Amino acid sequence: MTTTADESKEKRGFIARSWDFLLELWGVLRRPSSVFALGTLVLAGFVAGIIFWGGFNTALELTNTEKFCTGCHEMKDNVYAELKSTIHFTNRSGVRATCPDCHVPHNWTDKIARKMQASKEVWGKIFGTIDTREKFVDHRLELAAHEWARFKANDSLECRNCHSADSMDITKQSPRASVAHQRFLFTKEKTCIDCHKGIAHQLPDMRGVPGWQ
Amino acid sequence: MLKRTGIALLAIAIAIGTGSLAAQTVNSGLRGATPLNDEGPAPPMLPNRNTAEKESRNYPEQPPVIPHNIDGYQIDLNGNKCLSCHARARTAESQAPMVSITHFMDRDGQFLASISPRRFFCTECHVPQNTATPPVSNDFTDIDTLLSRASPGGRR
Repeated sequence: MTTTADESKEKRGFIARSWDFLLELWGVLRRPSSVFALGTLVLAGFVAGIIFWGGFNTALELTNTEKFCTGCHEMKDNVYAELKSTIHFTNRSGVRATCPDCHVPHNWTDKIARKMQASKEVWGKIFGTIDTREKFVDHRLELAAHEWARFKANDSLECRNCHSADSMDITKQSPRASVAHQRFLFTKEKTCIDCHKGIAHQLPDMRGVPGWQ
Repeated sequence: MLKRTGIALLAIAIAIGTGSLAAQTVNSGLRGATPLNDEGPAPPMLPNRNTAEKESRNYPEQPPVIPHNIDGYQIDLNGNKCLSCHARARTAESQAPMVSITHFMDRDGQFLASISPRRFFCTECHVPQNTATPPVSNDFTDIDTLLSRASPGGRR
């Protein structure tokens, strides 16, 4: 008799068994604890909270490094290789911009929003959307257009994290730069990305892009 | 006997000649003190002239030189950074000189609607100017100077 009961139990599907487990878990969770003191539970919760939040932040910061970004050959062989010859990689003072400095917002909520968007990029990585140079070049306009739109929408915030218009000494700039910045930047007529496209990576086909021929 | 003495004398002369050549360090004025068979220290790289002020041409057909930096300006199939300022439609905003009308001509002298592909790559003719003092000075004399010399009372 018992053997048949066991058999019937094992015959039950995985989903049904999971559902039973969840019901039992819910029962345990909503019952007041009769074993642990309230203080112990609060303290344990506090410690677990620290571990969880710290772990989350550590993971977040880990994915926010150049080493992580260039871990994929798509980034390493294309955009990172192109960055290397620009002033944002090597310059007289040695201050340099890494990938997240320009491509991930520094503000927490914006950063999380961008990270969630980036799940699309994981999809692209898995299915090899840009896994050859040719595919990357084919997609370059689309990828660049996303970044231009983002910079345009947030008034080139990631540029301004380092380059402040208020701290710009136009007397130290070349005549061309000082005139252009006074006419277009200080009057807020244009934002950085309107003129400074293609400063860190090579440009896509620029036909039809405003300001380009 | 005479022949053998001649050969011996020649051998001595060659030996002395090569010896004195090897002893003396061969260098030229442009290279500085570095011997010919050594590579000297690289001279420092100087910045480009960046005044954005027009420079006069030495002869009418000379492609005007670029009086500003063009570091990182992309000129290829995808785009031409120079045209962002110097294209006809962009000059009002940029106040930069427009690309010459000759650049719109194809090789048969027909004017096209935009820059002719044969004139697309600016830096083939137009180049920025460095601030370095050239090791060899240039004694080019322009036509106006030559003509003024030929005129009566002018220096011949």
